[in-house]
Amino acid sequence: MATTTAPARRQPAQALRPAPKPRHIVGTVAKIVLALVFVLPIVFMFVSSLKPDAQIFSDLGSINAFLPTGHISFANYAGVFDRVPIVTFLMNSVGISAATVILGLLVNSLAAFALSRMRLRGKKIILTAIIATLIVPFETLALPLVWWVNQLPWLQVNGFSLALTHGWLDTYRVQIIPFIANAFSVYLFHQYFDSIPKELDEAARMDGAGWFQIYRKIIMPLSGPAIATVAILTFLPAWNSYLWPIMVVQSENLRPVMVGVEYFYQLNVAWGQIMAYTTLITLPILVLFIAFQRSFVNSIASTGVKG
Amino acid sequence: MVLIHPSRAETAPSVKKPSPPRKVNRGRRKESLTALGMVAPAVLLLALFIFVPAALAFVLAFTNAQLISPNPIGFVGLTNFIQLFQDPVFYRSLLNTLYFAAVVVPVQGGAALGLAILVNTKTRGTSFFRTVYFLPVVTSMVVVSMLWLFMYQQNGLINELIHRLTLGLVTGPDWLNNPATSMPAIILMSVWQGVGFHMVIWLSGLQTIAPDLHEAASLDGVSAWQRFRFVTWPGLRNTRALVLVTITIQALSLFTQVSVMTQGGPLYSTSTVVYDAVQTGYQQQQTSYASAISLVFFALVLIVAAIQRFLTREKA
Repeated sequence: MATTTAPARRQPAQALRPAPKPRHIVGTVAKIVLALVFVLPIVFMFVSSLKPDAQIFSDLGSINAFLPTGHISFANYAGVFDRVPIVTFLMNSVGISAATVILGLLVNSLAAFALSRMRLRGKKIILTAIIATLIVPFETLALPLVWWVNQLPWLQVNGFSLALTHGWLDTYRVQIIPFIANAFSVYLFHQYFDSIPKELDEAARMDGAGWFQIYRKIIMPLSGPAIATVAILTFLPAWNSYLWPIMVVQSENLRPVMVGVEYFYQLNVAWGQIMAYTTLITLPILVLFIAFQRSFVNSIASTGVKG
Repeated sequence: MVLIHPSRAETAPSVKKPSPPRKVNRGRRKESLTALGMVAPAVLLLALFIFVPAALAFVLAFTNAQLISPNPIGFVGLTNFIQLFQDPVFYRSLLNTLYFAAVVVPVQGGAALGLAILVNTKTRGTSFFRTVYFLPVVTSMVVVSMLWLFMYQQNGLINELIHRLTLGLVTGPDWLNNPATSMPAIILMSVWQGVGFHMVIWLSGLQTIAPDLHEAASLDGVSAWQRFRFVTWPGLRNTRALVLVTITIQALSLFTQVSVMTQGGPLYSTSTVVYDAVQTGYQQQQTSYASAISLVFFALVLIVAAIQRFLTREKA
């Protein structure tokens, strides 16, 4: 690229190429139509959440279905707060997702750090075994896992005494702990750590730094993109989790947001309220997505690296 | 770098200079212990929540275990599998799952590639379109299912749209309550939700193809189709295998859409293998029977993935 002939060679090429006007216009029109296909249903959800049910249906036949016109109010939202303990659900989901992301970042990056940086016999085998778990879809494990977590013990602290309890069903921990360690997160961190020059930590070792200090003060601060990717890839499934909580959580006060849709399977279906509920549980993720678009897209693209 | 690596001495322990190797050895052992401590949490958790349940699936499938039962677990041999292969609901679920995957894999994979090529330009506003196409991916499948459940109503948005576009000539069906249209309706929605994900994966593949190749091809006056056929398609070999495997596993695992929208109905027309497993394992608490279904499901995933691997490799 540094050669001076390159731009000179490219000049005639560009001049030769005919201006692709018609195709350009077709492409743009196609892009806009497709954009409408993807965005209009979501707009419809937002807009409908602001209208009374009768008006939602009368607006269906016109462009008004996608416009906030007519009797706009937050009545559906008020109805949702009456019908569903949504504040509890939102707090649960925030807490469960945050705990899974933070503990996941810690546990997976530590493992990847040791496997990438430190001398340990059999670390290749350990890494291979970890990556091998990727071939098992969660859906295969879910049912034996329900039975298994019901057998697991837990230490309960009651004031000053410890008690051994039995079974993890219907708790917060059953929604967090099984999802902390993640093979793909370890793999992503490992890839990233390998790209950081080893001279950095060797110099730090010479200065007397311990392994934890190298991890905390050198490697992690340099791994922003990997942290963002793992955080997003952990957060999305945690926030969206549905199959697992419907099986392991019975108590209303422990439920996450996605399970809340079941409150609307009733005789008188209130569509406006349903749209208000789905809007409320989508907004947090949408705000994060718009704020960190590039990281979101990059993190998905990174799942394409594993082949 | 050799200089600051004292460990070199340790690989050949010598009797002549006993004190430095011992010190190094101690340092090395400490390093190994620290490393082990750092790896342990992840390894233990993966063992506890992936290896153990995977092994349990194999064991429980041959027992009469129930989720909550006062009776001790007993081995029953192949009873669960015999029962499974005589169960018409399971067969129907298996067929539905294969049907869903057979349509979704080529349609979603192809549509995603089309989108990726469309937005793989450096023109203005391209990143805006990428973001918009990606929007349904970050929207939860539960939310998307509720939204489309509403749009698929007999008097809902989609039928209203069909009515308008055909100037009142066509009246849309009651999509989700009709066994003939329920699965196609779920397929359409699933592709809408998931296509942006694979668009991004195709895009990262497209961007590994050197632009010089395209430039050379267009200089030679090659048509757009030929350019795709002889430059783009061969350049996407690795990406193709990956997209194929991820869509397939995702499609075979179909559950959420069915659970939210149709509960397997009408007339089992949308029941799937995973849905059937959850119904028996959780609703009816028959852990052993559900484990047998899970095993068959896992075998299915492995077989399909192996076949795809074989096919994509042979053509190379």
